[in-house]
Amino acid sequence: MSKAATSKECVAVVGIGQTKHVAARRDVSIAGLVREAARRALDDAHLTWADIDAVVIGKAPDFFEGLMMPELYLADALGAVGKPMLRVHTAGSVGGSTALVASNLVASRVHGTVLTLAFEKQSESNAMWGLSLPIPFQQPLLAGAGGFFAPHVRAYMRRTGAPDTVGSLVAYKDRRNALKNPYAHLHEHDITLEKVQASPMLWDPIRYSETCPSSDGACAMILTDRAGAARSPRPPAWMHGGAMRSEPTMFAGKDFVSPQAGKDCAADVYRQAGIADPRREIDAVEMYVPFSWYEPMWLENLGFAAEGEGWKLTESGVTELDGDLPVNPSGGVLSTNPIGASGMIRFAEAALQVRGLAGEHQVEGARKALGHAYGGGAQFFSMWLVGAEPPTT
Amino acid sequence: MRYARDVAIVAFAQTDTLRRTDELSEVEMVMPVLHDVLRQTGLRTSDIGFTCSGSSDYLAGRAFSFTMALDGVGAWPPIPESHVEMDGAWALYEAWVKILTGEADTALVYAYGKSSPGEVRDVLTRQLDPYYVAPLWPDSVALAALQAQALIDAGAADEPALAAVADRSRTDASDNPHAQLKGSVPSGDYIVRPLRTGDCPPIGDGAAAVILASGDRARELCERPAWIRGMDHRIEAHSLGVRDLTDSPSTRLAAEHAGAFERPVDTAELHAPFSSQEVVLRRTLKLNDSVRVNPSGGALAANPVMAAGLIRLGEAAARIHRGESDRALAHATSGPCLQQNLVAVLEGES
Repeated sequence: MSKAATSKECVAVVGIGQTKHVAARRDVSIAGLVREAARRALDDAHLTWADIDAVVIGKAPDFFEGLMMPELYLADALGAVGKPMLRVHTAGSVGGSTALVASNLVASRVHGTVLTLAFEKQSESNAMWGLSLPIPFQQPLLAGAGGFFAPHVRAYMRRTGAPDTVGSLVAYKDRRNALKNPYAHLHEHDITLEKVQASPMLWDPIRYSETCPSSDGACAMILTDRAGAARSPRPPAWMHGGAMRSEPTMFAGKDFVSPQAGKDCAADVYRQAGIADPRREIDAVEMYVPFSWYEPMWLENLGFAAEGEGWKLTESGVTELDGDLPVNPSGGVLSTNPIGASGMIRFAEAALQVRGLAGEHQVEGARKALGHAYGGGAQFFSMWLVGAEPPTT
Repeated sequence: MRYARDVAIVAFAQTDTLRRTDELSEVEMVMPVLHDVLRQTGLRTSDIGFTCSGSSDYLAGRAFSFTMALDGVGAWPPIPESHVEMDGAWALYEAWVKILTGEADTALVYAYGKSSPGEVRDVLTRQLDPYYVAPLWPDSVALAALQAQALIDAGAADEPALAAVADRSRTDASDNPHAQLKGSVPSGDYIVRPLRTGDCPPIGDGAAAVILASGDRARELCERPAWIRGMDHRIEAHSLGVRDLTDSPSTRLAAEHAGAFERPVDTAELHAPFSSQEVVLRRTLKLNDSVRVNPSGGALAANPVMAAGLIRLGEAAARIHRGESDRALAHATSGPCLQQNLVAVLEGES
């Protein structure tokens, strides 16, 4: 690391806002949806639009709403007129990447207080269509994301000998956690493990109840510097580390079960945050799990379990809300998936945990939490680690 | 403002801009410019601290189009990397900020756009307010014509003045081997009054790449680095009805924050796809006749959408690298009628 790195400005989260995620928000335009989340984040921070120096916005492909470069149209709704506005797009990891790009504006001291927001209004179009256009140069992503990821789940099961019941445990846990989160999309009050296991097989071995829903929703955060955090009336979450890593979609050496980019990204975040033993030192994890089996897979990829052992943590209840490493206390992507916002929701929920503001799904005494997102063909990763105390270095 | 570190553009490469490149995929279009900037600096992909790109799915006609371009970068072992769904000028901004944090000392920035597979005038209508404006399909030339007419009505230009801008640009482009439209080009018929064919940019495919480096690293990699003395970008309201189209307040704000008005520049590379937009930008930036404007020919000579802004930064830097400029302004735009604008001030070491 170069010398200048040690003089980075501290970054704090002082405001968080989400919409109630639902299948279709027919009562608001895209502009209305994003403004709702931004307004809530400002209220949380006790700030006004005038306090914001720059806006960084992210979402997944423009085809998901049929709107090209929507930041142009959304400038007014987000109070960005006369301000810098950046639009990030890194596939499914975009919500996390967007927050990290915004954090860099503060860390570099280019701006003091930044609004960052990610959204998806899936009801405006059809995500399956958006991912399956016939194009001249590459094959379309056939049968949506589930078709792409199912073989890698099967490979994980073969490699580790995990019993085929593990996926349904994750789905059952996350859907129960979602009942405690007022913003979560799916509130299945009558959920049982048997119902998950009896749901139709979509892409073997992935069942209907082990997949994420299609949601409309937005998530916003206010990031600020040390001075801004000192003025914050509510407890801030402090950023201790953040990183992005990418690897090619397709090449002979790619491990789709545990991509190297995910391992490297986590290692970089832990190094920045001074984490030696993530399993012991991290109190809560908001992990990007669009298909239930990705919980045990990412537990290994992120260094919480040895290779082949992730499913054992899940099976033994360690990742339950009252376990000693709660994963997705919010209900996760399995319960709420406005695609472009899903990564930022992970980052924001991690921040809520260390601020002690997660409400009914609060992990007791959470001091350090990890937010995680991935995208593309499991090739783009973004993560941050936030703490209740400012970083010491 | 005072930045934490000195950062410079140390290498720039661009493809020829061509009307059609049916035989090339986007990856194949990007690869040569990536190799070119790496060769210029002697760096390998594994030496680069951060990579950032700019492009648009709507031009490519498919979702996640940038993922394939990344395969061409050779992102193995995995790299710190990001992407903006914007012109590559904004990717350069993101990379510059990343270097300012101290987390990287070098950055590779690239951008590409193929307009040929679709009708770019139609495609750009999808940028507009989706509920009230986009359903009417007002295209990019029609919107620019509104701006040109407003300028004429305000007495700031007339049709011969616009034609002179176009003529000067394409004459200058004669010296630019990558330009698409150069030399004596007739004004042609009206496309949308008052804009004639000659007032509008050619439609083309192209790619560009830049390498940034900080401090001493920049001096090692380049004989005369183009130091970024300031860079800022601003956006305006989307609705044309609430904007004075003869002015560009976002450009002025960005220029102020980039320090452009502190001392005169000798060169300006302006991203003005329409002749009338150069008039607006010159007025806003207070560029007098002593400033060499668009010696490359500018966007009227080659306008590969999503790369044209990055090319302005690259062309300005290249003039500094060659010792032809000491202080240059580079500008990029996005959105209808100059809605969003970026300004950078580049200097050679004096």
